[in-house]
Amino acid sequence: MYYLDPHIHMISRVTDDYERLAQCGCLAVSEPAFWAGFDRASAYGFLDYFRHLVEFEPKRAAQFGLRHFCWLCINAKEAENVSLAREVIALIPQFLERPNVLGIGEIGLNKNTRNEATVFLEQVDLAARYDELILIHTPHLEDKYMGTRMILDMLRSDSRIRPEHVLIDHVEEHTIRLALEGGYWCAMTLYPTTKCTPQRAADMIEMYGTERILVNSAGDWGPSDPLAVPKFIQEMKRRGHSEAVIRRVVLENPLAFFRQSRRWPRDWEESLNGQLAIPAAEPAVAAVR
Amino acid sequence: MTITSLPAAEVLNRYFLELRSKLLDIAAILDRLDRGGPLPADARLGQIRQALQELASSTPGRAERIQLIFSRPYDPNWERPRLSRNQ
Repeated sequence: MYYLDPHIHMISRVTDDYERLAQCGCLAVSEPAFWAGFDRASAYGFLDYFRHLVEFEPKRAAQFGLRHFCWLCINAKEAENVSLAREVIALIPQFLERPNVLGIGEIGLNKNTRNEATVFLEQVDLAARYDELILIHTPHLEDKYMGTRMILDMLRSDSRIRPEHVLIDHVEEHTIRLALEGGYWCAMTLYPTTKCTPQRAADMIEMYGTERILVNSAGDWGPSDPLAVPKFIQEMKRRGHSEAVIRRVVLENPLAFFRQSRRWPRDWEESLNGQLAIPAAEPAVAAVR
Repeated sequence: MTITSLPAAEVLNRYFLELRSKLLDIAAILDRLDRGGPLPADARLGQIRQALQELASSTPGRAERIQLIFSRPYDPNWERPRLSRNQ
């Protein structure tokens, strides 16, 4: 089955992973800017990172017929340094018209500190001023519930932000309802130990339906699986869910969210429609409880 | 078009061995803790005990409730920073 991985850090993956993604039916990847595993020494480290995301990764992906999209920001972990964060935010606008940039992300919170919240608000402001989509990282483990609630409070406080332009990522059982009821898109991250398994993601689809829900691998430099989305597809098939239901989550929903970006390559999507016979948007599927 | 879950009997058939395996993993970790001798007071032990009670509950929504047991509480009156328009 064809699919998109809407959150995967290809900078951390070897070229063989692009090949395996393509072999498994992945048509495109979307790569949010994130923490490198260490704090960068200066804003220039981010300048080179953003060049990597807009110049090098699209070429590497293209070798295997994949489209590469990306999101730009300073991540929540390094946002604790507010002065560095402001230097990095000032660098972002020069990259916003690059063709593979979908918006601002993954911004969010890590330890739910005041500095992180300050930088989060300033990046939401950046997105609002440039009319960009927003991809949001929610914190890990015991900080996720509090951090998700704080993020939703801050989004609601900015009247310029349209919920349909925002994706709340890494939702789990205790936060998915908060995102959906707010009118936001959300994504479940299939990541060993600390986030969500393919089985639990399938459970949440059965409980909440398919509207505005995506799944991703968040494959990165830690223990993670770049082929996690195909494992979700397999779990859904194992339970007897239809191709239409699965395709809605793994292909049509990410396309519908990304299509809102000003720079979305409609010609590429139209070429997909011809090749794959992707039907026009079907009604979302409601869960039967 | 709607999405439906598998019938309960089918879920039990398909997931019984997985469930059994995970319960044994939990039991083995608790035994491992016991073999290590007495533990000093630790809030995580209370969370584990609460979560085990939830597992034995017959009310749906166990996964969400267990997530909340392991979550820091949210304060709706948290002090929001103000956006500085000078940035």
